[in-house]
Amino acid sequence: MKASQFLMATALTAVVGLGASSASAASMTLCWAAWDPANALVELSKDFEAQSGIDMEFEFVPWPNFADRMLNELNSGGTLCDLLIGDSQWIGGAAENGNYVKLNDFFEQEGISMDDFIPATVTGYAEWPKGTPNYWALPAYADVVGWTYRRDWFERPELQAEFKETHGYDLGVPDNLEQLKDIAAFFQGREIDGKTVYGAALYTERGSEGITMGVTNALYNYGFEYQNPDKPYDIEGFVNSANAVAGLEFYKALYDAGAAPGSSNWYMSENIDAYKSGQVALQMNFAFIWPGVNADPNVGGDKTGYFANPPGPAGQFAQLGGQGISVVANTDNMEGALAYIKWFAQADVQAQWTTMGGASAMRSVVEAPGFVDEQPYNQAFLNSMAIVKDFWAEPAYASLLLPMQSRVHSYVIAGQGTAQEALDGLVADWLEVFEDEGLR
Amino acid sequence: MSGNPIDRIAQATPPSLANRFRGFSDRTIAWLFVGPSIILLLAVNIFPLIWTINLSFTNFKANRLRDAEYIGFRNYERILTDADTWQSMQATAHFLFWTIFFQVLIGFALAYLINKKFKGNDLWTTIIVFPMMLSPAVVGNFWTFLYQPQIGLFNYVVSFFSGVDPSSFSMIGDVDLAPWSIVIVDTWMWTPFVMLICLAGLRSIPDSIYEAAECDRASKWRQFWTLTVPMVLPFLMLAVLFRGIENFKMFDLVVQLTGGGPGSLTTLTSIDLKREAFEKWRTGYASAYAVILFVTVFGLASIYVKALNKVKER
Repeated sequence: MKASQFLMATALTAVVGLGASSASAASMTLCWAAWDPANALVELSKDFEAQSGIDMEFEFVPWPNFADRMLNELNSGGTLCDLLIGDSQWIGGAAENGNYVKLNDFFEQEGISMDDFIPATVTGYAEWPKGTPNYWALPAYADVVGWTYRRDWFERPELQAEFKETHGYDLGVPDNLEQLKDIAAFFQGREIDGKTVYGAALYTERGSEGITMGVTNALYNYGFEYQNPDKPYDIEGFVNSANAVAGLEFYKALYDAGAAPGSSNWYMSENIDAYKSGQVALQMNFAFIWPGVNADPNVGGDKTGYFANPPGPAGQFAQLGGQGISVVANTDNMEGALAYIKWFAQADVQAQWTTMGGASAMRSVVEAPGFVDEQPYNQAFLNSMAIVKDFWAEPAYASLLLPMQSRVHSYVIAGQGTAQEALDGLVADWLEVFEDEGLR
Repeated sequence: MSGNPIDRIAQATPPSLANRFRGFSDRTIAWLFVGPSIILLLAVNIFPLIWTINLSFTNFKANRLRDAEYIGFRNYERILTDADTWQSMQATAHFLFWTIFFQVLIGFALAYLINKKFKGNDLWTTIIVFPMMLSPAVVGNFWTFLYQPQIGLFNYVVSFFSGVDPSSFSMIGDVDLAPWSIVIVDTWMWTPFVMLICLAGLRSIPDSIYEAAECDRASKWRQFWTLTVPMVLPFLMLAVLFRGIENFKMFDLVVQLTGGGPGSLTTLTSIDLKREAFEKWRTGYASAYAVILFVTVFGLASIYVKALNKVKER
């Protein structure tokens, strides 16, 4: 075959290939993190495939690489994802950089009302700018940081007696953060069933967002504020207030008194492993793990109890997790992607979503009579969702997150400097970011 | 047909190809062969370098729609006056110095031992070389388990020999131990590489030299210092160069092991750079950072290569 004939054949093959590719446009890719709820969504989506005739493909990335992978995809203008269930903090950047499709007109046209969803999830997962009716996602997975505890250990008479004698109150679900620390310290290094156990598995991870998602549960409850409520981006005296310093000191004290040895870089999966293997009495983690804990043969069922993040001196709050589902602006199947959102927003699909292992943010699902009794953790979930606060969701959120990871980790884990110095340093870092962004 | 191989090749060359090149000078033909490589090099190395230098003078952010503005040397000024940057430089220097020190020391000692003829020599070489066959990410991951205070083998071994409670110390969580934890793992993984290079050096020394030294009644100690070490030195220096360049770029192993913590104590420059470029998306700033690192490595490597050449000439 002459070279020219060969080139012609190659070109023809390419054209035929392209044709075949566009002929299979009736498929869509949904991107999310690789975790149990994602598997549930695969099952749930079979209903959509049957109804629409669109083949659903899925790209699930493990949590530690999820943000890197997906933000690279969005920022490079990639076309991998038609739909993306992205983290709540990405919403500002994705909206302002044109990565997500604004859904207001679509919601109005299809009769999808944000009033049907838990308000905190609408603010957290869908709105940008925050507090304005501009929607870039549909709340998809409601999540929040909460606690699990070894009820079977807590109920042991000898431990109850010893605890009461030491602390003067009953061993049980803590009424406040100080009690939580007492309990963690009580179990630290204790011998139970011939095995040494420890107080708590806390979020301490350094590399991505772990310790920030953990420490905020103490900071919020001691009075930390992200900014002056009356003057946006005015953070001096709010981020590093005396109350915020006390909150940071508390988290360090909790880590020092009750964290499992070697837990200096733990996040979701390490905490799950520590709890399921019977190493710790308490576990801080997002609520998505609760169905798995409940079903676990070692610690599930009656052996575990669940509670919302306990209050501190300044109130009771918990770190918001969870995500909304967005249409990626680069999709070549806009119609199909919007059809998926419309299908997913139906009340019966949302109910099924929760049944299959998801966590609906739809009020008709979570406020339904009997919801609280369906699972042992549902009450704790509802209590937690009522007290959520979230980290910055600005386009520069990563530039705000990374110094917080560094400052907090240096103080809490490495024990470098004081809490005041850590938060003063954080203020300086954040002010620099705001100035770079032209926000001040 | 001539029996000369060159004539046979000339005759076997298709006439069309020969005709095509007929009339070209040797220089033109040389350029035709070298040209594609040079174009590729320009496209994938030189152009990105020039583009990076250009970006380093801007406030460009690759994830933003807005245009970049030229800000002069502002990025360089901020990087060089940033305490965090210097901390990561210090962490990198500590990591580089001690990994190279231990790898050269242990690698040379192992090579010296393996070079002796004994039964099972090949088997031991294979076993020793095994760690460098693993992926650094995998190594980082499983060493987190080895360093686990409650279940980790490393803590258990230390406890066994020292009597210290294994759960009383955390290699990756302790401020004093964490910088050493990454040195230990890198040394474990890459000492075999240094050993192999040293072994090549040792095996390149002719036996006749040692025989001559024996005739001159030189002691083993003197043979080692006046023959073995000088003759292996160029190989050792090459190993140091390779390991230095590799460890300056170290990323995956440390990220898996410590995530840069505790605090920022093991945040090496490559980790810091990656966070600036692909997490904060400060492309201009990260470009300036990359240029500074490039100049540093290039400068040090140039000085080192000159020293290496001098040693070879001796």
